[in-house]
Amino acid sequence: MTQYEVTETLDVKGENCPMPVVKTKQNIDQLAEGEILEVLATDPGSMSDLGGWADTTDGVELVDQQEGDDVYTHYVRKTE
Amino acid sequence: MSTNTSQAQGEDVPSRAELAARIDELETELAAATEDDSNPKMSIIATKGTLDMAYPPLILASTAAAFGYEVTVFHTFWGLDILHEERSKNLQLSSVGNPNMPVPNAVAALPGMDRVTTKMMEKKIDDNDTATIKELIDTSLDMGVEFQACQMTIDLMDYDEDDFYDGVTTGVGAATAIQDMADADIQLLI
Repeated sequence: MTQYEVTETLDVKGENCPMPVVKTKQNIDQLAEGEILEVLATDPGSMSDLGGWADTTDGVELVDQQEGDDVYTHYVRKTE
Repeated sequence: MSTNTSQAQGEDVPSRAELAARIDELETELAAATEDDSNPKMSIIATKGTLDMAYPPLILASTAAAFGYEVTVFHTFWGLDILHEERSKNLQLSSVGNPNMPVPNAVAALPGMDRVTTKMMEKKIDDNDTATIKELIDTSLDMGVEFQACQMTIDLMDYDEDDFYDGVTTGVGAATAIQDMADADIQLLI
């Protein structure tokens, strides 16, 4: 598994749609350009939702998504 | 066959310099028109106040805000109850008229059955860690979603402007909603 230099970790385990995406947005707003937010979620929908969100939204880039046993880990970089 | 360009330069034919100037002018206008980097907009009209129907506008509004949309949600008729601080805590789920309910309509119509199905739904929401209505409203407001309470229905329902959550816009009507819809990239009636 690739390791990323993570600036902050957001734990939304147990939370459901729309919270993983909404809280990711709120948290990434606090980061500086180039920094990476790690998002830990248990919502299986977060795989598609966070990907779609990052694709459509300016200023963010989905670096990677990893599917663990019960936890989906997402890495989102702030690009502007 | 060659074209005689000097012949084409009659009196009403613009000169090369004029054309160049016109192109510059149009390019500037085009740049101004396409440079519009304002955020995309979404306009939702929320008309329902049952527990199940309160979720879609709030989920879509908060999610669109996360996508960078400027969102307005215009609440009218029973949709007002979603913004009503007291009533939003007691939104009900109807047990009748929904064939997906596990009870037949004849039973569902008995007094108190709405309360039972609402409790069942609230328990499911809680067990599933689904966000509450209050949580979604707070989050949406925090993300800059504008909630508007239709003035005509506030008067019709005999509500007071102070009954609504802080940050809710009152004193707006259909014209405001139309204006928002006209400007919006996404318009929804829920």
